[in-house]
Amino acid sequence: MSTAPRPDGATSSVARNERSRRAANRRRGRTLAFHLASWALAVVVLYPGVWMLLSAFRPSNQIIGQTGLIPDETTLDNFRKAFEGIGGISFWTFFGNSMFLAVASVVGVCLSCSVSAYAFARIEFPGRKIFFTLMIGTLLLPFHVVIIPQFIMFNEIGWTDSYLPLLVGKFLACDAFFVFLMVQFMRNLPRELDESARIDGAGHPRIFLSIVLPLMRPVLATASIFAFIWSWNDFLAPLIYLRSPDSYPLPLMLRQYTDQTTVSDYGAQMAAAVLALVPVLLFFVLFQRYIVDGVATQGLKG
Amino acid sequence: MSLTQQASRAAPGAGPTRRPSPPRSRRRAAETRAGYAFLAPWLLGFIALTAGPMIASLYLAFTDYHPIRGGSWIGLDNFDRLFDDPRFLDSVEVTAQYAVIGTPVKLAAALGVAMLLNSRRRGQGTYRSLFYAPSLIGASVSVAIVWKAMFNDQGIVDDIGQFFGMPAGGWVGNPDLTLPMMILLAVWQFGAPMVIFLAGLKQIPNELYEAAQMDGAGAVRQFFRITLPMLSPVLFFNLVLETINSFQIFASAFIISGGQGGPANSTLFYTLYLYQRGFGQGQLGYAAAMAWLLVIVVGIITLIFFRTSRYWVHYSGEGR
Repeated sequence: MSTAPRPDGATSSVARNERSRRAANRRRGRTLAFHLASWALAVVVLYPGVWMLLSAFRPSNQIIGQTGLIPDETTLDNFRKAFEGIGGISFWTFFGNSMFLAVASVVGVCLSCSVSAYAFARIEFPGRKIFFTLMIGTLLLPFHVVIIPQFIMFNEIGWTDSYLPLLVGKFLACDAFFVFLMVQFMRNLPRELDESARIDGAGHPRIFLSIVLPLMRPVLATASIFAFIWSWNDFLAPLIYLRSPDSYPLPLMLRQYTDQTTVSDYGAQMAAAVLALVPVLLFFVLFQRYIVDGVATQGLKG
Repeated sequence: MSLTQQASRAAPGAGPTRRPSPPRSRRRAAETRAGYAFLAPWLLGFIALTAGPMIASLYLAFTDYHPIRGGSWIGLDNFDRLFDDPRFLDSVEVTAQYAVIGTPVKLAAALGVAMLLNSRRRGQGTYRSLFYAPSLIGASVSVAIVWKAMFNDQGIVDDIGQFFGMPAGGWVGNPDLTLPMMILLAVWQFGAPMVIFLAGLKQIPNELYEAAQMDGAGAVRQFFRITLPMLSPVLFFNLVLETINSFQIFASAFIISGGQGGPANSTLFYTLYLYQRGFGQGQLGYAAAMAWLLVIVVGIITLIFFRTSRYWVHYSGEGR
């Protein structure tokens, strides 16, 4: 009797169980493959960073020629030397210069770009469309066309070897990326807000300051983070404009290390390179959501 | 009547009661004033730091300007000399190779990893952030220093290369290997386009894949028939952005080659040569000519991208 053919429903349910178990296995297998592949990739992507960090703790003569990650001997000598700085100027001077430039850039970008973006997004005036098109055009413009005449101009005014050439553009909304970012953001704010304020008799300055600006916090955060990091990493502009070593930001200090590499103090060089990246990485760890989402939605480059 | 209605609707804040025209025109004048007042920072920057300098550098391109000696009009001499300048031609070749090979490889890596990550599995967000990190620091001097150490004689990459039978001696000093080294540095920063691809992949409706599966389309067919067409606007955006960026590489080439562009001009990228001529040797007229050539080339490439885009970029809701 037990060998009697089962009712149709039973066979199919067994088969379904079998099928769903196989599907579950396949899914688990895929998840495993996903993590294995991602992990392998993460190892490759992170390798240079980890190697750099660990190298900074190796004795200077053991950095080159060491493939393994874990140092045989660790030392803090490199960091001690890096903190001493270069040419009699302490690391903290360079660090302070970088910090000043980055913070001033953030302030300039937030002030000038938000005001200009308000004009593009919220005020109707003749010429707005043309200027907007021009602004978008500067997004794609290689900065090299302007850097030579800018240099001549700043040289004539006597601004070279000061921070003014590096900062004036930030206070004049020259980073079209940020203007564009803020225009996009403002366009998505409900217009009813400022229209009702307008009926109450508020002018544009009031509307901007008390309605739009407070709502812009997220986009100001994104712009600040990128303005900070771009300024922190900038190399070409300081290289062109700054002459006195005590006004150098960190990238120029690092360059001095590489110039002296005939002596080849790889250790101090590596430690200084690590120290120079610390604020950027700190920013990244703290604000990765803002950063990655900013890239995802606006196509900001790194 | 419809005209006046439209006009009153078009003028913002004209109010529900149709007022006579004088206040409205006064209001419009006030709007214009406010508009230019708010635009002032950008406008000033645009005139003084972008448009003015662009025109100035166009003029400079036809002079032999030097920061101390000054300069005079020399017509097309700079351009004539450029095309006889072997270092200039080398720099064009290096930069073109870097852009033509590096950009597609980088984008392919970015798309591949984006597709790997495009599943709602746990840890996806962490991997995304992790892979993005190099894009944030990749152009910095610190990373250039590390790259140089890693690819140097007896560096880690040299060791691995020897294991696979490559000649010893490091990549930094070998003119045939410096470009691959620079391209690897670019590819290492695949995270930024990856994040943009990932955002694009999320927009593709799942029903399309389900329907394709129902019709028996395999993974390859699905990729070429659904993923790639649906992703083409994002691909277009990434391609334009990354190509233009690749022309502007400077800090890494400067640090790795010690500002020289060597060995054998193999890292003499366009901007590095422009810097050497303009700021190293003070030949600002010559460098301005180089800068304008770059703008023209970038403009032409962008134009080609935009012109050809209608043949391969698919915008949904475009009613075909």
